[in-house]
Amino acid sequence: MSQPILSLKNVSKGYGSKGARTEVLRDISLEVREGEFVAIVGYSGSGKTTFINMLAGLLKPDSGEVLLDGKPITGPGPDRGLVFQNYSLLPWLTVTENIALAVDSVFPTWSQEQKSAHIAKYIAMVKLTKAAGKLPRELSGGMRQRVSVARALAMDSRVLLLDEPLSALDALTRANLQDDISEIWQSSRKTVVWITNDPDEAILLADRVIPLLPTAPATLGQAIDIPLARPRDRSAINHDPQFKALRNQLINLLLAAKEKSRTTVSKKLVLPDILPEDISTPNSIQYLTRRGPRRRSEEKREELEVAS
Amino acid sequence: MNLNLFQKFKLESVMLPALAILGCCLIWYVIAGKSVTTVKTDDWGDTVKVTKRSGISADLPTPVETWTASKAYITDPFAKRGELDQGILRFTWLSLKLVAQGYFLALLIGTPIGFLLGLSKKFSMAFDPIIQILRPVSPLAWLPLGMILFSGVKVMDAGGRTTFGASDAAALFTIAICAMWPTVMNTAVGVRAVPQDYLNVAKVLKLSRTKTLWKVLVPATLPYMFTGFRLSLGIAWLVIVAVEMLTGRPGVGGFLWQQYNANSFAHIILCINVIGLVGYVLDRLMSLAESKLKTA
Repeated sequence: MSQPILSLKNVSKGYGSKGARTEVLRDISLEVREGEFVAIVGYSGSGKTTFINMLAGLLKPDSGEVLLDGKPITGPGPDRGLVFQNYSLLPWLTVTENIALAVDSVFPTWSQEQKSAHIAKYIAMVKLTKAAGKLPRELSGGMRQRVSVARALAMDSRVLLLDEPLSALDALTRANLQDDISEIWQSSRKTVVWITNDPDEAILLADRVIPLLPTAPATLGQAIDIPLARPRDRSAINHDPQFKALRNQLINLLLAAKEKSRTTVSKKLVLPDILPEDISTPNSIQYLTRRGPRRRSEEKREELEVAS
Repeated sequence: MNLNLFQKFKLESVMLPALAILGCCLIWYVIAGKSVTTVKTDDWGDTVKVTKRSGISADLPTPVETWTASKAYITDPFAKRGELDQGILRFTWLSLKLVAQGYFLALLIGTPIGFLLGLSKKFSMAFDPIIQILRPVSPLAWLPLGMILFSGVKVMDAGGRTTFGASDAAALFTIAICAMWPTVMNTAVGVRAVPQDYLNVAKVLKLSRTKTLWKVLVPATLPYMFTGFRLSLGIAWLVIVAVEMLTGRPGVGGFLWQQYNANSFAHIILCINVIGLVGYVLDRLMSLAESKLKTA
């Protein structure tokens, strides 16, 4: 087996200062081989973005190490193309200029024609040639994410990291983009780490799906290999018994972890400081002798079940 | 119906301000009163004319008197009869020239300071108290300091006449230092408000510092900067009057002060109106440019 291109060894990460520190990720170990499409599936808020930010080098792990080609990652760099959840296009640059910014910094020695040919190629790849001169605000969400994907691809990076790239899009646009990205991937066979909260999307696209279990702190669960043949047809695959079994397996893994992580917290309740008026007794001196509002001291407690 | 509404709106937007102006003029009339000239025989047996105002103020001219007294300055706005006796637009032009110089100096100094404040927490911590203390200082307080600081400045033309002296330098200094604060503060706030996403993009693309500045930070801060520029221009125009009064330079403010010394109240009112109008026009122009920028 070839050497892993990307590997995480016992990585942990937490936020906050010493006293109130909460660990978000614990003991994450993962190896991604060259040309592999790995999807990480997890609940929102379970540390997926923290995870990908460490791969990108935007965050440093507290312990353990993140290696790219056997060398530790010290910071962000163009060898890892990143697609952000919220597109992160610069709104004052056109589609071409946004991609050009990336190309200029990755291939500074190229001639102008070389660069523009390169940019045009990737714009065509994401089917945006007609919108090449437009500003991001003139594009729909799906088109913006296409630009973001083209930008990451144009950097010709070793690994492509995608942080919930499609979760802000509507279902139809998402399906379209999944198909297009799947197609692009099959022709380029780039190493991809895809973060998502959609189990179907993960199984449809990836070679290997790893659940990020919502224990506190989150850990990676058992990886599930997806042996489904490519190209995968979205409508046919829905009835494929193998697909259904894989999906059940994945969803059960995620649900079981969720069940386990349920904890109860007791919450202090203070009732509003008002006393209902007693209409049956007439307005009289009784008001003075009536027991005043004392609700503040009457604390109630409530047991709440929360998912952590 | 729709047209009616439009007409009504248009009528109101013209009529109401007109009514308000008319009302102000009326109050002005009441305060000024009429000037009554009586002929009487004094203690020496001579007949003399005594002019007295019947209004509340002893000296304030009425609107009509103000107009007749300042007509020459308005109808011949570019005349030059003497150093401090020029058409009103000629004075305005002189003032505007000085404001423009001081204002650009303010932007030139203020914008980089704003960027430093926004980018570096340490820099901002170190200089914030100084800025907060210097910010509210009046132009009247800065000008003498400028006069002393630049007392040696003297640029002469071939004929030996001073083209740029200490008072010019002090004037520029005062306008710049008073007008730059809104630019400084707004730029700093704008830089701090640049979304982390854009900075992450710059980091992932490994953009150089200069490239990050010009391609990411400056465009992202531009709307904030422009708000600062607009406020700065307003202050620069406010300062010019004080500067011209103290230095005696020709300009709207200098003219105003000279006319005060000459007891010519009509011209003071003329100057006040012109200063207000020019300030309003400048602000409108800047906000027009600002809105263009925001939609872009």
